[in-house]
Amino acid sequence: MAQALDEIKIGGLGSSRKRVEDDRFLRGKGNYTDDFKLPGMVHMEILRSPLAHARIKSIDTSKAWQIPGVHMVLTGEMAAQHNLAWMPTLSYDTQAVLATDKVRFQGQEIACVCADDPYIAKDGCEAIVVEYEPLPPIVNPWQSQAEGAPIIRDDKEGQTDNICYRWEVGDREGTERAFAQADLVSKLELHYPRSHPSPIECCGSIADYNSATAKLTVYMTTQAPHIIRAAVAIVAELPEHMIRIISPDIGGGFGNKVPVYPGYVCSILCSILLARPVKWIEDKTGNLISTHYARDIYYKGELALRKDGKILAVRFHCDSDNGAFFSDAQPTKFKIGLIHSAFAAYDIPYGYMTAQGAYTNKAPGGVAYRCSFRVTEAMFFQERAIQAAASDLGMDQAAFRRLNLVKDDQFPFRTPYGFLLDSGQFHKCLDVALNAIGYDDFLREKEAARAQGRRLGIGISTMTEPLGAGNSREYDILGIKMFDAAELRVHPSGKAILKIGSQTQGQGHETTFAQIVTHELGIPAADILVQHGDTDNTPFGMGTYASRSTPVAGAATAMVARKVRAKARKLAAHLLEVSEEDVEWELGRFHVRGAPSNGVSIQECAMAAYGNMPDGMEPGLENNAYYDPPNMTWPFAAYIVTVEVDPETGVWDVLRMVAVDDCGVRINPMIVEGQIMGGMTEAYAMANMQFITYDAEGNCVGSNYMDYLLPTAWETPGFELHEVVTPSPHHPIGAKGIGECAAVGGPAAFVNAVMNAVDDTGVRNIDMPLLPDRVWEAMKYKRDVSGAPPVKSDS
Amino acid sequence: MEERRINVVVNEEPKSVDVEPRLLLAHFLREVLGLTGTHIGCDTTNCGVCTVLVDGLPMKSCTMFAVMVDGKSVTTVEGLGLPSELHPIQEGFREEHGLQCGFCTPGMMMASKALLEENPNPTEEDIRWGLSGNLCRCTGYQNIVKSVLWAAEKLRSEAGAISR
Ligand code: FES
Ligand code: FES
Repeated sequence: MAQALDEIKIGGLGSSRKRVEDDRFLRGKGNYTDDFKLPGMVHMEILRSPLAHARIKSIDTSKAWQIPGVHMVLTGEMAAQHNLAWMPTLSYDTQAVLATDKVRFQGQEIACVCADDPYIAKDGCEAIVVEYEPLPPIVNPWQSQAEGAPIIRDDKEGQTDNICYRWEVGDREGTERAFAQADLVSKLELHYPRSHPSPIECCGSIADYNSATAKLTVYMTTQAPHIIRAAVAIVAELPEHMIRIISPDIGGGFGNKVPVYPGYVCSILCSILLARPVKWIEDKTGNLISTHYARDIYYKGELALRKDGKILAVRFHCDSDNGAFFSDAQPTKFKIGLIHSAFAAYDIPYGYMTAQGAYTNKAPGGVAYRCSFRVTEAMFFQERAIQAAASDLGMDQAAFRRLNLVKDDQFPFRTPYGFLLDSGQFHKCLDVALNAIGYDDFLREKEAARAQGRRLGIGISTMTEPLGAGNSREYDILGIKMFDAAELRVHPSGKAILKIGSQTQGQGHETTFAQIVTHELGIPAADILVQHGDTDNTPFGMGTYASRSTPVAGAATAMVARKVRAKARKLAAHLLEVSEEDVEWELGRFHVRGAPSNGVSIQECAMAAYGNMPDGMEPGLENNAYYDPPNMTWPFAAYIVTVEVDPETGVWDVLRMVAVDDCGVRINPMIVEGQIMGGMTEAYAMANMQFITYDAEGNCVGSNYMDYLLPTAWETPGFELHEVVTPSPHHPIGAKGIGECAAVGGPAAFVNAVMNAVDDTGVRNIDMPLLPDRVWEAMKYKRDVSGAPPVKSDS
Repeated sequence: MEERRINVVVNEEPKSVDVEPRLLLAHFLREVLGLTGTHIGCDTTNCGVCTVLVDGLPMKSCTMFAVMVDGKSVTTVEGLGLPSELHPIQEGFREEHGLQCGFCTPGMMMASKALLEENPNPTEEDIRWGLSGNLCRCTGYQNIVKSVLWAAEKLRSEAGAISR
């Protein structure tokens, strides 16, 4: 009798198989956008505005044209002749490609120069003379709404203020009634500072317009090649089938590489005008000051509480600072992303929220930085508010959560803002985390230390978040519904190629998506090649962001494998000379019902599909699947951090960090843990050091890695990881998204820990990042510390 | 711009090339020699993805001019292992999942090589300090530390085997 296959050994579900991507990266043989060199290629550099808000009086490019080796100097006026001075954003606003009338933020694109090498192109940029008439800069939503504030978007017909949207959701009256019955109302206000995803690789593109064939090929650092192709077709008015977007290896994305940026568009236009390939590789400052920011939302919220600790209702307002152009990359229907997923983990009967977006003279955005459309802000507000409420009630942090978290028997659970949670074991996760950290012991230790003048603190963050948009009923970007597709072809020898519409930026799709096929078909993962990132050769997909890949493209992969298996079953019946109903499947093999030794392998079926199919059967063994998810997947996380704050300096050190993640079935546990640790590091970064701000002149503070602090191996704490598994009931293999949970839920754990360490000062809030001077100020003066811009500039 | 002839040994191969004085070493390696394993990630000598060894010492190649390596030897990631066989550091990164997008990895491994040559038996703290000039946005460093520990152990056991 044939030996049953060991799924782990062949690299199936649950196998921590080593990554297939690694070999090329370890040898320095990755193919990042900057690594490509095309014949006749020229290099493009961008001239950016030094001012945040100014009218452009004149642009003189004559000196740049005179530099030997310069082939093109492109201005907004020239772009306008091709209808390309402006482009649509992913949020139905417009964004300047090259400024024609005004500059609206520091770093805005003014002109670009193409030359034989990047050095000459930079010389060209320096030779361009721009005359500006400065206008007053606006760096926060309050300034933008003040009397007499200049209208930033005077390019837009009918725009008479600096508001880009107003939005509301929830049950206003029900919430008001619940608040009227509250024993206590707990209020909190804070600012989630502006941040930048800042992958180490900056953005870039190589546009190659072939004037003989009229085909445009663009190598591009994009997380969403298929959406970009559609966008380029719209923006550049080119036929979509004559556009090929190749997204090669990507040096990290984190949301930064979802939008269309002016640099991409300029490289395309220059390639069309010059009829030769044009390479644009952004420098770090360009990346940090002009590509889309994240966060920058002011939260004002309140919880209606009963004396016994039950939350009766929640109500909050968000003011979002959207910069000069409203270019959030998010579903059309939701103006401030999925921020109304806040408080989803808690059983709260009533909720109401309002939001308003403001134009300011700052870089446009925002992107979902390692998050599912602004759920990072949502979960931070939630967990800070939960901590404040527990303190106001005088209740223990863990007990308050336990009382209010959704219980296992309540799923599927409808939140007051209309989401439907699919599954979870929230209480179990919390308990595992509390046990791991030794909660009660730590509280005693904290008391003892306090008596000696030392400040210890513990912070909890528990949250569930919606990952994997759509369904297509509610979710679209630019009118394109949010689903994903996969194509699978099994070759005669039983080796397979899987093509997917999503795009990896380090998540290891080439490894894990093969594992899904292995799980469904029993073909060893090593025999499956995964292809992605080339719009000519892969099926449509919405791209990789918002933790969509496993929930949506991963589901499409399972579904296409099942279609292939259905055909293989017919082939097996033919080979075994029995009817299809008498064939049974086990991993990698069909056998005759009741006679397990009489069987054929999936590889034998594959061969038969090409050489011995039954009469009338279409040859071949391949299929495709489009997957429209019925719901989001809802992973849950419980993060607990302990810290010690130095009472003299405000410096805080992480003592321990425990993470309990329930992301359903884990395809590759090694990769899942890698994602959690990466996300946790970004959470620590945001809590501790990483932010972008502006001075009163609109100068960006955080425009390079000397000012924009990212944690190194030295600062980053160690992480202790634990797991709970609640399979998603609607995902074909029970998986949920995981790439972002730690970055979403993590920041509050760090901040809550520091706030807990200063809980005797009466301080309600210190804005992130919790820089030592802010913590010191809070302890010394016993007052809240705001981090809102403008900050004082050095000069 | 006037060019200057430099003689440099790169990954054990002697090269004699005319370069502009303002050409950065990172660009020389990538554009002139086609060694694109050395990456560029910042403008301020902070990220370390461009790290190579110059006469055995780790250097950020974005911060040196090509003319400064005249008469010296340079090792890049392409010179770390053999086409047929990974170097123990490369193996360590694969075994311990020390890389995700791979962009920081070449610089991280070259810095690790210099670190392990100086200190073949590092503690976790030694590694964290030794690699603090290299940024990674993906991994959270914990697995990078494990990767270097893995490599250190393998290198020590190899050295032990040779000396026996
Ligand atoms: S490129 Fe960042 S240090 Fe060299
Ligand atoms: S693996 Fe992506 S930056 Fe380190």
